[in-house]
Amino acid sequence: MPPAHQATLATPAVDAAPPDDCLARNDWICGAYLDTRRHILVDAVVQHLQITAIAVAIALVIAVPLAVVARRWGWAAGPVLALTTVLYTIPSLAMFSLLLPAYGLSATLVVAGLVLYSLTLLVRNILAGLRAVPEETRQAARGMGYGPIRLLLTVELPLALPAAMAGLRIATVSAVSLVTVGAIVGYGGLGNLIYSGMNTYFKAQVLTASALCVVIAVVADVLLLGVGRLLTPWTRASRS
Amino acid sequence: MKTIADAWDWLADASHWAGDDGIWHRLAQHLVLTVVCLVVSCLIALPIALVLGHLGKGGALAVNISNVGRAVPTFAVLVLLLLTPLGQYGEGPTVVALVLFAVPPLLTNAYVGMRGVDRGVVQAARGMGMTGKQMLLRVEAPLALPMIMNGVRIAAVQLVATATIAALAGGGGLGRIITAGFNLASTPQVVAGAFLVAVFALLVEGLFEIAERFAPSWARGSG
Repeated sequence: MPPAHQATLATPAVDAAPPDDCLARNDWICGAYLDTRRHILVDAVVQHLQITAIAVAIALVIAVPLAVVARRWGWAAGPVLALTTVLYTIPSLAMFSLLLPAYGLSATLVVAGLVLYSLTLLVRNILAGLRAVPEETRQAARGMGYGPIRLLLTVELPLALPAAMAGLRIATVSAVSLVTVGAIVGYGGLGNLIYSGMNTYFKAQVLTASALCVVIAVVADVLLLGVGRLLTPWTRASRS
Repeated sequence: MKTIADAWDWLADASHWAGDDGIWHRLAQHLVLTVVCLVVSCLIALPIALVLGHLGKGGALAVNISNVGRAVPTFAVLVLLLLTPLGQYGEGPTVVALVLFAVPPLLTNAYVGMRGVDRGVVQAARGMGMTGKQMLLRVEAPLALPMIMNGVRIAAVQLVATATIAALAGGGGLGRIITAGFNLASTPQVVAGAFLVAVFALLVEGLFEIAERFAPSWARGSG
């Protein structure tokens, strides 16, 4: 059955595809691709979202204490900022490779790499936010009998929220696009589809996966913008 | 610890430094790729940013391009270009993808720097009868130089880092040592390659730091 064999060459998984559909022609935009590979795309998107969300969440959990420490003890600020900046300078491909001995070929490896990248952006922004809290505000809170912990949790951190959210948005958008490089170890979410699409010259897959990456980044950015507004109602009140 | 020792042994092996797949050749490829992309990006971004900054128009555009640029994975752009007819031209797709990646920080920093120039100084220059071109080249651009150079530095370091991605798409450069290591399942080679790239990126960062330290005071923005 030579015709069916030819169709399999161009479109590996669809044996029954008629030879003149967009998969066989290897078009950039292809509805049949979306129909036949929906589960593959959904799996890739889920992996992409999981890796991004877990990495940014862990980075946030580590960044807040680091920023607080750097704010409270001035001498700590220099080393903390220098270390996170150096980590940010290391190329993503190199970062994933350097962590390879520690984590092996796993999703944890990609998450660990992304955590280290997000740290720089988050620590810098949270620290800037904490430093921007007016001294009078802190003194007023102390005058009202607030202890250091209560001052931090109820006054300083909420006031640092806008700057922190700005950092979180940048970190998240960068992480979404960096996950694709994780394809080198097989855990790149949509990057896996781009990587395999490159090797098989499968245009529809590469374009669809790339477009989905950008859509995820934009949606995440808008969502975080909305969350930031909900969390800081006072910034809107003062603007109007 | 054993992996680090093995990676060190890999680096110490003289045969890994010579030849077409050797470290020196990959380093030269990486350097050429980075420099070409940086020069092309500067030639595209800086004139636009300087003119927009001088006219005071298009600020939102300059800043938004930078944010959009962050959301687009360079790897995806590279692969997309590779599958277009442009893919036939060797390193063409890599250069285009990297230039698209480096233009946003250059554009934003140069624009912000130009707008940050003291308006009083600009008005004084106009009062002295300078033409728009003279003001741009002799007053605004020199005063904005620290911010412009900051953009160049960010772009250069990120280019060194991102140029490794070219190797994923079969291009040259230091990234090739890492991807070759993955294909050979040789962890020492992968770690050694990663180490080389990281050192190269930090070296470039350090070079800009030194250049800034030795620059005349007016170019540092402190004088």
